[in-house]
Amino acid sequence: MSALHSMSLVETARALAAREVSSVELVGALLGRISALNPSLNAFITVDPETSLRQAAAADQRIARGEAGPLTGVPVAHKDIFMARGWRTTCASRMLAGFVAPYDAQVIERFDAAGAVNMGKLNMDEFAMGSSSESSFFGPVRNPWDLERVPGGSSGGSAAAVAAALVPAATATDTGGSIRQPASLCGVSGLKPTYGLVSRYGMIAYASSLDQAGPIARTAEDLAVLTNLMAGHDPRDATSVARPAEDYRRDLEQGLAGLTIGLPRAYFAEGMSADVRAGVEAAIDTLRRLGARTVEVDLPRMELALPAYYVIAPAEASSNLSRYDGVRYGHRAADYTDLADMYSRTRAEGFGPEVRRRILIGAFVLSHGYYDAYYLQAQRVRRLVAQDFKDAFAHCDLIVGPTSPTVAFPLGAHAADPLQMYLSDIYTIAPNLAGLPAMSIPCGIGAHDLPIGLQLVGNYFAEARMLGVAAAFQRETDWHRRMPAAATA
Amino acid sequence: MPLDSDAVRRIALLARIAVTDAEVAALHGELNGILGLVEQMQGVDTAGVVPMAHAFDMHAPLRPDVVTETDRRADFQAGAPAVEDGLYLVPRVIE
Repeated sequence: MSALHSMSLVETARALAAREVSSVELVGALLGRISALNPSLNAFITVDPETSLRQAAAADQRIARGEAGPLTGVPVAHKDIFMARGWRTTCASRMLAGFVAPYDAQVIERFDAAGAVNMGKLNMDEFAMGSSSESSFFGPVRNPWDLERVPGGSSGGSAAAVAAALVPAATATDTGGSIRQPASLCGVSGLKPTYGLVSRYGMIAYASSLDQAGPIARTAEDLAVLTNLMAGHDPRDATSVARPAEDYRRDLEQGLAGLTIGLPRAYFAEGMSADVRAGVEAAIDTLRRLGARTVEVDLPRMELALPAYYVIAPAEASSNLSRYDGVRYGHRAADYTDLADMYSRTRAEGFGPEVRRRILIGAFVLSHGYYDAYYLQAQRVRRLVAQDFKDAFAHCDLIVGPTSPTVAFPLGAHAADPLQMYLSDIYTIAPNLAGLPAMSIPCGIGAHDLPIGLQLVGNYFAEARMLGVAAAFQRETDWHRRMPAAATA
Repeated sequence: MPLDSDAVRRIALLARIAVTDAEVAALHGELNGILGLVEQMQGVDTAGVVPMAHAFDMHAPLRPDVVTETDRRADFQAGAPAVEDGLYLVPRVIE
């Protein structure tokens, strides 16, 4: 048995089932790592060792009774966007800094029912708005590969915690790249499923027509096991897709013979740094060697994805975040003159600068006289972007390209210019607009010895096949086994 | 420059976010920068394209008309800034 903390989720589960280690021992060891490493990484907002150890003890009893499922006793941490009853749930905002969730998200219910151990709540960009996890009210998350660099965002805490081997897996959410981009920048694997596959019930809303939950872990096999748990219809989320359950592990052993991979010209034209290009092209060569055929495909309206996103996401955010009014929960300003002043001061104090910017943009594009030119136009462009994918998937099974144009950038690099930050998601936003599943897996080491991610975009509900391709790639390469010095210490 | 300083103040009022004069000046540049990025899509011919609100053309699903929630008012109000007798307190709006 290798060092406890460096095992994958599936290896961890196997060791627990074989009684090579108890959940209490494992959770205790990881809590020790968290208390040693989190002060420098800031990946966790909330840790509650007593609750985690109590859940671990219950899991050990369940294993002893022979009633264990595949994830019983396995430690998992959750992005602080998921409501977990009795846990402080902040969305990394001052607005919710003292908020204790009164109910569980569907995702949390599923992990609890499986007997997984909640290791704590993970740091992120405030209300999931950002690409660097620097906008958190609780301070920036740092990248375990280089503490002076960002882990990506918004699920930076999730990616950093897995990369630093504080947990074998974490939950995350992705509205424009927030699972894939941090997974890429931290050298771990992440899957954003098809829109509607995982319930959004109890997941704090940012842009509801784009938000989707998914897992971050070390291997494609781990992601498949986690997706088996997380996916499924939930009547409490009106956008949850009702379809028969699938086993997302079913294609893990399938090779790439007969697979056609589309390489979008738009993704390879420009914008990518040289090291990322080299890593991605080498990965494509590996996929060819494994038997895949590649074809060039066109996504002609791809450059419109970013502009459309920065109308649609802020519009939905301005509507969703209107609920934070200082009346029913969360922060309320101490000084005010009347009700309107209370609202305005509460929201000015409770929201950070990026959240305020996006709410204001959203309020503008939805306002009288601008709605048609901005919001409706963006929704029309969104359909064109989705149509481009539809056309491309007539010629290929899977689309492959970079996840992020660069490796992890230094903390503060984009602090002065929000637009530069937005460009970090140039390759990840389009699949959200279309609602397509997409993932990132490690595919190389680039400049400054930092990880590079390969993005896989599949057709609707093609998660099993995508995970199979990723698993085949991970049998052939060891990029996903590379760990930063912080994790092996 | 679609937004001038007065427009920034008007939007901030609509969004119920208090802004200082210094913040208006900064936001003026930042918001116009974002809208400049968004401008790229203004020239695109979208005549006849149906706006896409969602990944799937879904209907709002109906469920049986039965009570599914239990009364947990006290739990939900536990996190409220000001509550009295099960009611949320706000500044007086009618004199």
